[in-house]
Amino acid sequence: MTESHLSELPAFALRVREHILRMSTNGGCFTGASLSCTDLLVYLYTTYLRISPDTLDAPDRDVLLLSKGHDVPALYGVFAELGFIPRERLKNHLRVHDDLYWHPNRNIPGVEFHSGSLGHLLSVGLGMAVDIRMRGLDSRVVVVLGDGELNEGSIWEACLTAQALRVDNLIAVVDRNLFQANVRTEELIPLEPLTTKFEAFGWNVETVNGHDFGDLHSVFRALPVRNGAPTVVIADTQRGRGVPSIVDRADRWFCNFTHEEVGALIEELHGNSKATLTSETLVVR
Amino acid sequence: MIPYESILLECVRSDERVMVLTAENRGHMRSAPALMGDRFIDVGIAEQTMIGVAAGLATRGRIVVTHALASFITLRAFEFIRDDVGIPALPVIMVGMVPGVLSDANGPTHQAIDDVGLMRGIPNISVFCPADEEDLRIGLREVIFSGKPYYIRYTNAPASVDHSKVFAPGVAEVVVGPTIGRRDVTILTYGTLLRQAVLAASKLTAQGIVVQVINMRTLKPIDEQRILEASFNSDLVVTLEDHLLTGGLYSIVSEILVRNRRSVDVLPIGFDTWFRPALLPEVLDHERLSGEHVARRIAEQLQRNDERRSMEISYV
Repeated sequence: MTESHLSELPAFALRVREHILRMSTNGGCFTGASLSCTDLLVYLYTTYLRISPDTLDAPDRDVLLLSKGHDVPALYGVFAELGFIPRERLKNHLRVHDDLYWHPNRNIPGVEFHSGSLGHLLSVGLGMAVDIRMRGLDSRVVVVLGDGELNEGSIWEACLTAQALRVDNLIAVVDRNLFQANVRTEELIPLEPLTTKFEAFGWNVETVNGHDFGDLHSVFRALPVRNGAPTVVIADTQRGRGVPSIVDRADRWFCNFTHEEVGALIEELHGNSKATLTSETLVVR
Repeated sequence: MIPYESILLECVRSDERVMVLTAENRGHMRSAPALMGDRFIDVGIAEQTMIGVAAGLATRGRIVVTHALASFITLRAFEFIRDDVGIPALPVIMVGMVPGVLSDANGPTHQAIDDVGLMRGIPNISVFCPADEEDLRIGLREVIFSGKPYYIRYTNAPASVDHSKVFAPGVAEVVVGPTIGRRDVTILTYGTLLRQAVLAASKLTAQGIVVQVINMRTLKPIDEQRILEASFNSDLVVTLEDHLLTGGLYSIVSEILVRNRRSVDVLPIGFDTWFRPALLPEVLDHERLSGEHVARRIAEQLQRNDERRSMEISYV
């Protein structure tokens, strides 16, 4: 992978963030969560994963599963930019005649498994990884988890089983944006020391700046580690990344902006002055 | 090796798609796992992970037969079954061990008496409730290779009747009494209690009562025609099940009768709540589910129905 390729990724990610903001109106979406994993998904789909519009059904393709399904606008934004789906299709967001709703649907080309309820896809990914190993393929299965999702016992159950089965083509990526829904993770169910927890479960653990393509590349190009253990990459990220008005805000997890606000936020995304937001925020506590 | 695991092993050997998973439940698979190689996986006491792994395998073309106690697989892993197997309709078979009264002395945590209601409530998932080991053998391959998700209410009890060797989902079998035509009583049942139904029928027959016993085999799909025929041709329809009266066969029959505008005398025999834990014969006796009790309950109901009808006639 060349430096010039990596240098093109910020512009790619900017386009994906624009898609996310455009989906944050007329009903809205989980904007904050989508913006935190945007760079991760951009890096993985453009650089790490061996998958393209022509190989969506290839038996030896790599697989990405979005276990924190509510950030699906980021996934669909990437799919639109890569040509998995036409860009115009994103205009169908939340419309009953299409399948672009608040969680992933397998009818969308590129979606390997649906999600919505948290804590499911690490075990589903484990099953896929086992099948890949049985067939002697070298495909990798990447499962994107939310940090709040780590509250679910089923994640740790799957962690135990994955290390017992010595599956090393399974890579979990934690979108560590330090928020869960409307609360900071460390103020509700503290996860730290997170690295030590995964290490204690027998996993290889890597940490990375989830918004730095150079850092992502230096970590992922060495993965998977073929040592009989699954790998987790803990990616430090920011909720609402790229849009200063909503960055790191507990009340900007789900957003339903006015059309004017979306226009102002896209300006803000491109470095222009900060938007004035008047639309209602969704605060749980 | 018991017949169940022989069939599983044969399926594994004859079709590379078939895989067998367990959540550390090997009571009915003591020998076969060692002969299945990497096509057998024990995920540990982790029912949710087992179903998730099964779904992941199934998306890649595998047919996965999963095992745990009936109460654990249907309850602990319920959402995984609903979301990861039911929604995408993947060919994953959930085999629930010691369902219903077969949990005998384990106590209420282990009593799967709501499993049929739970599993049939999930769109796309079918439910097979064999009466005994022979019935299971006859239907097992068909279920595994159906291409659909299935819940199997497992039993390896010895057979109490000669079963029809032809298995088809949604086709019940008449095991006692006239195949068609007038009778006093039709007993609709499934699973372990078929044996008690047959015992009850022989006692009632000795009293001159004409009884038909139907083994439903699958509860979803259900043999609606057979149930409707019973409603037309019998004075009393009995639903006999080791399941809560909510969600099981009694509910299914009620739904069918209402949908078809049928009003008939139905005697539901099942549970209102958890049963007293004890060894199976004592459970059957205490809960009035033994053949003798069932015969008495039916005779009493027939008596009540006669009294009611004679009162109705006297009003006219």
